[in-house]
Amino acid sequence: MNTNSNTYTVIYSTVLVVVVAAVLAFAAMSLKPRQDENIKIETISKVLMAATQSSSSVKVEEDTDVMALYAEKVSEAFYVDGYGKAAGEMNTGKDNVKDIVVATTGDLKKQNDIIKQIENGNTDLLASLRLPVYIFSIDGKDITVIPCYGAGLWGPIWGYIAVAEDGQTIEGAIFDHKSETPGLGAKIAEEPFYSQFPGKKFSDGDVKFSVVKGGANGDISGVDAISGATITSRALGSTINTWAKYYEPYFKSAAAAAQDEECCGCCEETEETANNEEE
Amino acid sequence: MKDNLKEVLLKPIFKGNPITVLVLGICSSLAVTVQLKGALVMALSVIIVTGLSSLVVSMLRNSIPNRIRIIVQLVVVALMVILVDQVLKAYAYSISKTLSVYIGLIITNCIVMGRIEAYALGNKPIPSLLDGLANGAGYGIILVVVAFFRELLGSGSLFGYQVIPQSFYEAGYMNNGLMILPPMALVLLGCIVWIQRSIQKDLQEK
Repeated sequence: MNTNSNTYTVIYSTVLVVVVAAVLAFAAMSLKPRQDENIKIETISKVLMAATQSSSSVKVEEDTDVMALYAEKVSEAFYVDGYGKAAGEMNTGKDNVKDIVVATTGDLKKQNDIIKQIENGNTDLLASLRLPVYIFSIDGKDITVIPCYGAGLWGPIWGYIAVAEDGQTIEGAIFDHKSETPGLGAKIAEEPFYSQFPGKKFSDGDVKFSVVKGGANGDISGVDAISGATITSRALGSTINTWAKYYEPYFKSAAAAAQDEECCGCCEETEETANNEEE
Repeated sequence: MKDNLKEVLLKPIFKGNPITVLVLGICSSLAVTVQLKGALVMALSVIIVTGLSSLVVSMLRNSIPNRIRIIVQLVVVALMVILVDQVLKAYAYSISKTLSVYIGLIITNCIVMGRIEAYALGNKPIPSLLDGLANGAGYGIILVVVAFFRELLGSGSLFGYQVIPQSFYEAGYMNNGLMILPPMALVLLGCIVWIQRSIQKDLQEK
């Protein structure tokens, strides 16, 4: 047979591509459940690491069974919309750890796209936001973990921030990134950087949270930036700010609900602030 | 025939090493050798990819239309690389995260295409498989040696375990931060080439 004829070449390449595509499709489909599981476990472990960062009794080690620990420590997991109203529960895996539902980075990306549209003035979308909230009960305290997601220098960066009951004080934070520069921007995912966060606040009066170039000098709402990674640091600061802003209504209503239990007189005031938010 | 196969298997490991003698695959050997564990997984992945793609191309060698042979080779190599990447993502997630894009970039590793063009297209499947595996191994050995020194001197650990005792640090010893950056990999690689050339005199240019 003449292997150099045009017909042969066309048929050969077509068959080859179809066969290769079939093999890849089969491999991708059969490995997908395991890969999704890995991503879920990673998300769970990051959320847990943020939640337990300030705790002395619970630590997430490399060999910890994060799913069991998550199911044990979590008290509630749900979504809130842009007005701070609850919008759906997530399975916490109390009955079966296999059922745990968490918002993976793929889900966060979708929410971040909605947030970007809202930032551009499309405020109708506030009601369609589904921001995940995880509440843990650790050492007798309620710790709320919220995620954040945004653009870094080369690719997305994201993180999980543990917040104390007051909705302002940060108890712990873990960050990760897809493709920041190793040795520079990639350091946001490493120890000396994120351990600056416990004890900080989202805002100090009018001063917004920031990752400060040149050193935060003990600011209550700032941490030191990474030298040589100005853009990643700045992007992280604005990512945290943006997401914290959309969680604010939730934290306000949660604080109001907590106060309600003590005294009933404060309800009016909080309704007012809620209305202001909508405007 | 037996001697021939032995030669095919042993030559790429030292005498005709793809990195130090043929100077192929340098980029990835700079990028993935910060830690021993990553280097080892990368080495294994390359061995599998070079071996299997040489085998497949060698089996197809008589049917491949000459005009599109590079494209056919590329499709086969890409298939193997994606398979390895998918398997790593499913079964060794944390390592696949540290290696990130470099597994996908095996496609561009000159060793794979080089061996297919130079050997697999003209030889039977079994010798081709061995040739592919051996060249992958030759690449892997250099990777592991470089990674050994970079992790030991740069982070004071091996496979992630601290091997330089704390008392050294207290006495003033410091990790060499330069070792973590790619330039030192190039310097180490140069040293290996130097050592090899001083042993193997026939490699030295007149």
